[in-house]
Amino acid sequence: MRQDRPLSPSASRAARDAAGAPVGPDRLLLVACGALAREIGAVIGGAGWSHVDLICLPAILHNRPEEIPQAVRQAVLDHRAEYARIFVVYADCGTGGRLQSECDALGVEMVQGPHCYAFYEGLEAFAAREECTAFYLTDFLVRQFDAFVIRPLGLDRHPQLRDLYFGNYDRLVYQAQTEDPELTRRAQDCATRLGLTFERRFTGYGNLQDEIVRRAPPG
Amino acid sequence: MSDDQDDIILSELPDDELVLQMHDDLYDGLKDEIEEAVNILLERGWAPYRVLTEALVGGMTIVGNDFRDGILFVPEVLLAAGAMKGGMSILKPLLAETGAPRMGKMVIGTVKGDIHDIGKNLVGMMMEGAGFEVVDLGINNPVEKYLEALAAEEADILGMSALLTTTMPYMKVVIDTMVAEGIREDYIVLVGGAPLNEEFGRAIGADAYCRDAAVAVETAKDFIARKHNRMNA
Repeated sequence: MRQDRPLSPSASRAARDAAGAPVGPDRLLLVACGALAREIGAVIGGAGWSHVDLICLPAILHNRPEEIPQAVRQAVLDHRAEYARIFVVYADCGTGGRLQSECDALGVEMVQGPHCYAFYEGLEAFAAREECTAFYLTDFLVRQFDAFVIRPLGLDRHPQLRDLYFGNYDRLVYQAQTEDPELTRRAQDCATRLGLTFERRFTGYGNLQDEIVRRAPPG
Repeated sequence: MSDDQDDIILSELPDDELVLQMHDDLYDGLKDEIEEAVNILLERGWAPYRVLTEALVGGMTIVGNDFRDGILFVPEVLLAAGAMKGGMSILKPLLAETGAPRMGKMVIGTVKGDIHDIGKNLVGMMMEGAGFEVVDLGINNPVEKYLEALAAEEADILGMSALLTTTMPYMKVVIDTMVAEGIREDYIVLVGGAPLNEEFGRAIGADAYCRDAAVAVETAKDFIARKHNRMNA
């Protein structure tokens, strides 16, 4: 699945139609962050839902949260006529409450919580830790570490900036969505590159799965 | 930067060309060159305050404008800031000795739970460049630390910074405490950080939200001028 461009609902619908699934008013569209595409796809595929479509916005908006509300708004407006329900699979994600305001104005629901790190771990458990000196990576961010961390921060060109960015962190926490020794090894390498100690926490899909499952039954 | 840059001998440039070269070198984040040029201007008899404003602040203003306009990005701004910091470290001890104008005093820090200090550091540096005395409380500050510093330093301005949606509400805790203790009107309160906006600044009772370091400097100057006008009225 491509992470850098929206997955067209018409494309996923075409595949579903080819498989003989019905098109009807009970359809649910998930408008999601591209960084969650693989995980949401696994939830949908695992449940065998044929009435749920997924459209992913570019994952790199993770680095430009000020652009998320407008991108979500556009996606919802572009597709709302085709779906009985739309669920926005973003948390606040650094928008300072602006995404929630946008979703309220559009009349659609979104994931609760500050960001994916919180909903993977569980909102209460994450908040209870009160760990402000941890830098988080997910499976996606481990795979895309250079594209989402190293290059946007200019560390490929100016490695001397590393401690300006990360000097106040004391550890890298890898929130693992899957059991994958190779990803764990890569996450450890990310910690070494950033000069941080390493901790791995298996989270699975956490609240992400619960949020989707709760909305998936046909209306 | 072009290859012939290596051929430029800073000490051989006349003052006006040297200042322009310093603007270029700041833009390119060349700390060693900036430090060398600062020393050259001082040796030529320039007042430290003039070196600061015309060469360093002038150069950083160009950097700030290009950052605002999407031409430069955070890594380049950080390199430029590092170069300016090098020049400032030479000038800072000289500024007080030479009677440079003082605009006012600011206490600044990131709020409790927030360790992201890049924006705060840029604001502090540019405020110093504009003639403000800056007391930097660093990161992760509880309300008590802000209030103690404001009183102990007899500051004019409180600056609070947050990068996280989860930490920015703490600014309101600080301001509400100031109100409860009857000291809110004694200080100018400026707030900033990526997830904030003007509406948030108003909602929590700050005097202003500042979207970047340049705006913070201009806003601080404006509020200080108003304060002086009130005192002189």
